[in-house]
Amino acid sequence: MNTMIFIFEEIYKILFLLIPILVSVAMIVWLDRRVWGLVQKRKGPNVVGPFGLLQTLADALKYIFKEIVIPASANKVLFILAPIITMTLALIAWAVIPMSADFVLADINVGILYLFAVSSLGVYGILLGGWASNSKYPFLGAIRSAAQMVSYEVSIGIIIINVLLCVGSLNLKDIVMAQKDLWFVIPLFPMFVVFFISALAETNRPPFDLPEAESELVAGYQTEYSGMMYAMFWLGEYANILLMCAMGSILFLGGWLPPIDIFPMNIIPAPMWMILKILMLFFLFAVIKAVVPRYRYDQLMRLGWKIFLPFSLIYVILTASFLYYFDKLPKAGV
Amino acid sequence: MKINRIFKTIFLYEFILAIVKAIKEIFKTKKTINYPFEKGSISPRFRGEHALRRYPNGEERCIACKLCEAVCPAQAITIESEERKDGSRKTTRYDIDMLKCIYCGLCQESCPVDAIVQGPNFEFATETKEELYYNKKKLLDNGDKWESVLAKNIKLDKIYR
Repeated sequence: MNTMIFIFEEIYKILFLLIPILVSVAMIVWLDRRVWGLVQKRKGPNVVGPFGLLQTLADALKYIFKEIVIPASANKVLFILAPIITMTLALIAWAVIPMSADFVLADINVGILYLFAVSSLGVYGILLGGWASNSKYPFLGAIRSAAQMVSYEVSIGIIIINVLLCVGSLNLKDIVMAQKDLWFVIPLFPMFVVFFISALAETNRPPFDLPEAESELVAGYQTEYSGMMYAMFWLGEYANILLMCAMGSILFLGGWLPPIDIFPMNIIPAPMWMILKILMLFFLFAVIKAVVPRYRYDQLMRLGWKIFLPFSLIYVILTASFLYYFDKLPKAGV
Repeated sequence: MKINRIFKTIFLYEFILAIVKAIKEIFKTKKTINYPFEKGSISPRFRGEHALRRYPNGEERCIACKLCEAVCPAQAITIESEERKDGSRKTTRYDIDMLKCIYCGLCQESCPVDAIVQGPNFEFATETKEELYYNKKKLLDNGDKWESVLAKNIKLDKIYR
């Protein structure tokens, strides 16, 4: 009986986290399209619901009723598995994201490692989707995204090391609490910029949207997908973008902490600050989508390996030397 | 020059300019309109759906001279005529195949009595092809329906002819 209660409690907690995330993913797709339109002097979706807020729900409904086409030469198991993997991985990463000091599903001590591992696994969904389609455009898209995501994963890893040097803990809560006096965005500003650009590449957003470059590869790895499976890819993609925004705000923008701990700011509940920061970062994502052209593939690789990687490595050395010289290295076990 | 360029690249100068410009654009008035609810303005010369006009006394204008039939580059117009008891020549049949029509406006140009005109209506999509084979009755109905606008448009355009 006790186990049953435990299981139900856990399921309740998971649903309490998942449903808001799925709803906010829907809202964020709307925000993305809307900002994209507004920048281009269009109006964007504004018909379904107030301000067009329900547009994504209408789209989702459309996808549900569409036929799922599986190509005859596709590897059926992997073909069906790929969108499931993408979406699942994008959603399970949210388990460790703390929305406030005590609002987190799994408060594990290696939170950032878990996050890093899950977001690295995300490439499998795309890779399998492209390979299992057994068609040239998805395959090219999958190859591109594999190389791209692996390259930028590396520089994100080293950027995370920068932050960890200043914190001395892999727990996401500790990372946020270490920013009580000074957000890491100030001392590590160059790293924040590099992290943001790497996050764009990691989530296949413009200007790094080569895996789904519609002018070259039809839709990249999504070409053969239709109906609900396409919607799942799409959902996973946007959940990943939100995750990257959440990661950026935890690592650099002080998570749920208000900018200054004074009266009008500290009465706003902590999760609100977190949501505000995620939205702010996402707004930047959306604006950048509207203003930049796509990188060429060799430029993308050059940026990742020849600029970001050495730059963040040098910054690790600088941070470490600075902390060591001024004796500010975090003490073990604190 | 070279150093200037390198500095601009490192500090993402142009990216930041672009983002600032984009955020400014967000608050500007938009070029698009909510189409089915609001419509853009249409020139008096707009060549939309055809209509056959009548004189104010109800007599149809068309004199079956068949100039429009002859000039129509898509051969979309078919006319048959007869002599009435009062000696006037009138059409018995005036068909336009709207699927063939290329909306060039030559029928309107050639008409000596301003009978066949192209009105401002462009929202006449149908669900079947058959509905787009317009006959004389349909065209005359169109003329009655849009007469005020058609007369105004012809008047506005008169000074340029």
